[in-house]
Amino acid sequence: MQLNDEYQALREAVREFAVESVAPVIGDFYERHAFPYDLIRQMGKMGLFGLPFPTEFDGEGGDYFALCLALEELARVDSSVAITLEAAVSLGAMPIHRFGTEEQKERWLPALCKGEKLAAFGLTEPGFGSDAGGTATRAVLDGDQWVINGSKAFITNSGTDITCLVTVTAVTGTNPDGSKELSTIIVPSGTPGFTVLPGYSKVGWCASDTHELAFDDVRVPVGNLLGERGRGFAQFLRILDEGRIAIAALSVGLAQGCVDESIRYARERRAFGRSIGDFQAIQFKISEMEARAHVARLAYYDAAEKMLAGRPFKKEAAIAKLTASNAAMDNARDATQIHGGYGFMNEFPVGRFYRDAKILEIGEGTSEIQKLVIARELDL
Amino acid sequence: MKIVVLVKQVPDSGAERSLRADDNTVDRATANNVINEMDEYAIEEALRLKEAHGGEVVILTMGPDKATDSIRKALSMGPDAAVHVVDDALHGSCAIATSKVLAAALAQQNADLIIAGAESTDGRVQVLPHMLAERLGIAALTGARKLTVDGSTLTVERQTDEGYEVVTASTPAVVSVWDTINDPRYPSFKGIMAAKKKPVQTLSLADLGVAASEVGLDGATSAVLEHGKRPPRTGGNTVEDSGDGGVKLVEFLATEKFV
Ligand SMILES: Cc1cc2nc3c(=O)[nH]c(=O)nc-3n(C[C@H](O)[C@H](O)[C@H](O)COP(=O)(O)OP(=O)(O)OC[C@H]3O[C@@H](n4cnc5c(N)ncnc54)[C@H](O)[C@@H]3O)c2cc1C
Repeated sequence: MQLNDEYQALREAVREFAVESVAPVIGDFYERHAFPYDLIRQMGKMGLFGLPFPTEFDGEGGDYFALCLALEELARVDSSVAITLEAAVSLGAMPIHRFGTEEQKERWLPALCKGEKLAAFGLTEPGFGSDAGGTATRAVLDGDQWVINGSKAFITNSGTDITCLVTVTAVTGTNPDGSKELSTIIVPSGTPGFTVLPGYSKVGWCASDTHELAFDDVRVPVGNLLGERGRGFAQFLRILDEGRIAIAALSVGLAQGCVDESIRYARERRAFGRSIGDFQAIQFKISEMEARAHVARLAYYDAAEKMLAGRPFKKEAAIAKLTASNAAMDNARDATQIHGGYGFMNEFPVGRFYRDAKILEIGEGTSEIQKLVIARELDL
Repeated sequence: MKIVVLVKQVPDSGAERSLRADDNTVDRATANNVINEMDEYAIEEALRLKEAHGGEVVILTMGPDKATDSIRKALSMGPDAAVHVVDDALHGSCAIATSKVLAAALAQQNADLIIAGAESTDGRVQVLPHMLAERLGIAALTGARKLTVDGSTLTVERQTDEGYEVVTASTPAVVSVWDTINDPRYPSFKGIMAAKKKPVQTLSLADLGVAASEVGLDGATSAVLEHGKRPPRTGGNTVEDSGDGGVKLVEFLATEKFV
């Protein structure tokens, strides 16, 4: 697979940034469960948050594949900054770009594209994750205002100092067939009644921002409805289909980072008078790791290509996410094994990779849900 | 203000580098070639001046065809245009010859300010900025860790082993910078896309009116006669602490100018 010069140059620029600016400092943020504002600001200046958006809203005029390449190169070094970018762009700003009115786009997109502000995507609830159609949060029209009540769980980027809004999926009525009518509503940060609960204590992604959100008679103007009323379900399916390609790219990055670190360590570490890289058992492990990363990369390239060509890509995106998150998890396990006891120490990047890998099989659709999607696409 | 930034393509200093067996020049064919690190600081400084005072930033590179990769990368950071001096006869040019060629190219540019890195990681002679200033008959403010422009007055904090000196000159002038001067930006995707469309003028020796015999290996005023691998590291000094260990360590650091 040969990338064109621009994609290649972008990849190199992000790689340089990740190696020179992220790698030396991220361990400390991770340890303290702190959000790396300065890195995010630098990523904003590089235009990473505007990659797939048009220049008229201060975007970079690139495409979704460009975003995926950036995510891969970031995650090769660190997943917390990568997921912050992924959630901000593909979950946060993308619904506004895809479904928003001109007015909503003009109001929100420029600051989001520059990474000066972050948007969050509020779909999951304490009681409904995979079964997101079960949403219990309600929004009722009262004159020219929506009144929102309910709560959301595990919402990325929802509580930073630069978070400006969360898009909330809420029940706004009942469909003719008796099912819930879902709609998406923009809730700006700081709206009275909207409470951001303290951050979760997470196993991984420790330098990213995740909160539970509570909505208690939150009132927003009727104009904050995103897209058409009743289109909430279709909207989040579209956003999640795309998002799977981005999470696949991020997973490939982690899987490749495991290969990088393992090669480095296998050359350095000696046992029984030899480099451990001389043992075939270690070589074969690394060969398998490289193969997994490679195959998963081709899977996400393929899904992205189909999506950008306007062809159906649901199955390919699910395959990419399933394959890549498996690769990330398997590679993290093997890389940690290759590092022996040092792999179990937080100061080694593989320790972080190990902790960051598991969520990839859960977030934006669990592996089981990916299989469900693939099975449905096969008309099973 | 028109600023010309000198950009050189060099073999990656982080990787294995070698000299060619046939003529003892730097092996650029097999190396991973990148922008000389210090030049990225020169580009950043020029872009900041442009952002503050307006004007134009032009990249000037002398190097083989392959140097176009580094020119595009430099342009993706934000400069407006580039001039590439490329000629087979330039292979093996010494610093004096290089300064002759670059001075001829600069003479066509009418720059108010010429910014260069303080040294290149392949040659490391640090003389080029001085030579250019001499040839152009303008001031050289070298080794800057800070540069301010006020109208036509340039003020530079010149880094020295002991501290820094404040020197001023009026434009036009040559300024060379160290990596303490700023934090170079990373190219954005927009910048990468825009770089494709920016003008790159290629000039030959004939275009500059420089004779081939004055440059290259034949015209060189210095030559590498032989080269070999760096000898392996020796043991180093061990400081035994018999009460005066701390003092000895400080003395060592002082002789190495760390304290
Ligand atoms: C760090 C982090 C960040 C997140 N960020 C966001 C965010 O920004 N926005 C957002 O909206 N959400 C976010 N999420 C939520 C995430 O998308 C959900 O956790 C995920 O979709 C799974 O939902 P759940 O946790 O409710 O698990 P459940 O849906 O309760 O699943 C439990 C188990 O049952 C399985 N299961 C469920 N249904 C089926 C089925 N039909 N067939 C077979 N197996 C099934 C699942 O695969 C899983 O193994 C985040 C989560 C985390 C941990």
